[in-house]
Formats: sequence, structure tokens, C-alpha cells
Amino acid sequence: MKILISGKPAEAEDGITILQLMEREQVETPQYVTVAVNNAFIPMDRYACYALQEGDAVEFLYYTGGGCDGAEQ
Amino acid sequence: MIRLQKTDYLQILSHARACLPEEACGLLAGRCEGEEARVEAVYLLENADHSPTHFTIAPQEQLKAILDMRARGLELLGNWHSHPETPSRPSAEDVRLALDPTASYLILSLAENEPVLRSFRIMDGRAEQEELQIEE
Repeated sequence: MKILISGKPAEAEDGITILQLMEREQVETPQYVTVAVNNAFIPMDRYACYALQEGDAVEFLYYTGGGCDGAEQ
Repeated sequence: MIRLQKTDYLQILSHARACLPEEACGLLAGRCEGEEARVEAVYLLENADHSPTHFTIAPQEQLKAILDMRARGLELLGNWHSHPETPSRPSAEDVRLALDPTASYLILSLAENEPVLRSFRIMDGRAEQEELQIEE
């Protein structure tokens, strides 16, 4: 089936889950990634069971944050 | 090297000052030509932590910005945040949480009378300053 990954067309197996797609796409540091499907955020505990459908638009959003009270480089 | 328009720099500075005493943050979008990146859009986003020492860009705001830059044909170049009381260099936490080795990480220090903006690349737990040119 055809889906969009970060806005780019991609092929995926029917019924692929978010977790399987993350593994296939070699998403690094998955614990810091938020996933949106069709602009709706999916809870992390559903990644393994959420099956994508034809035409879904998937976004992998990497955590963006930091702090300034630790030791500096 | 990353190039930033002075008007965009002033937007960042104004937003960072308005957010004091909290850290301010946002994203940078633009185009890359070889080793050079040119910022064409600055996103001033909410610090979900509302903290003077930490920042987190809320995923909802991040997604909205990314969809906007995609619609404008721009690519994500990196992000920026302010250090209200500390120098313009990445903290240990900034380095630990820098997940994209291709991104530019701009840090605006408001610790002294004169603001200081620097850009860094962060890879494998090490930060290196990159050339930042602010253009009229």
C-alpha cells in the first residue's frame, strides 16, 4: 500500500504497524520520537498495535529540547 | 556555515527577551546549498517547560511548523533556544538531547548586556561551533 512518510511517498506492507515501520525506517532513539498519523498523535503504547492504512500520512517527530543548568561543554 | 537575516535574528531576540525569565525556543527552516544553509523562516514556538533552565518544543507546535515549512518548500535546518543566564554554548543536557547530527543548534545568550548568538553542530556527544553569518 501507499503511505506518506514525512511528506514523501512510500510503499508499505498491508497492515504494517507503527512499530514495524519505525524498525524498517531505522528510526533512531525511538524513545524520543513522537508519531503522528494524519496529524493525530498516537500514544507510544499503541505503536505495536496501530496498523497503518492506505494513504496514511506518518510523521516522526524527534524530541527537541534541552537545558542550561547542567555542566557546560 | 549558516546564514541568518538580521530581521530574523531580531525576531528571535525580541521573542527571547519577551519570554524572560523563561528560556525561549523555536525552529529554523530554509535551504541548503552544499555546505551552506540559509535560513528563510524562523518559527517562534512555545517552551512547553515554561522554565528558565529547560526547554521543550511541544510536538503539536513542532508538527504545525514542519507542515508549514513543507508547504513552503523549505527544509528543517535546526532549532534555536535561549540561555537567559548562561553563556552561548551547549549544556551537557543540550548535547545529550541533540538527536540530529545534521541540524544547526543556535543558542542565544542573554546573560550579558549584549546578546550573543552562536551556532553549533552536535554529533556523538560533542558540540562544535559552526560559522554563523547574520546578514543585513
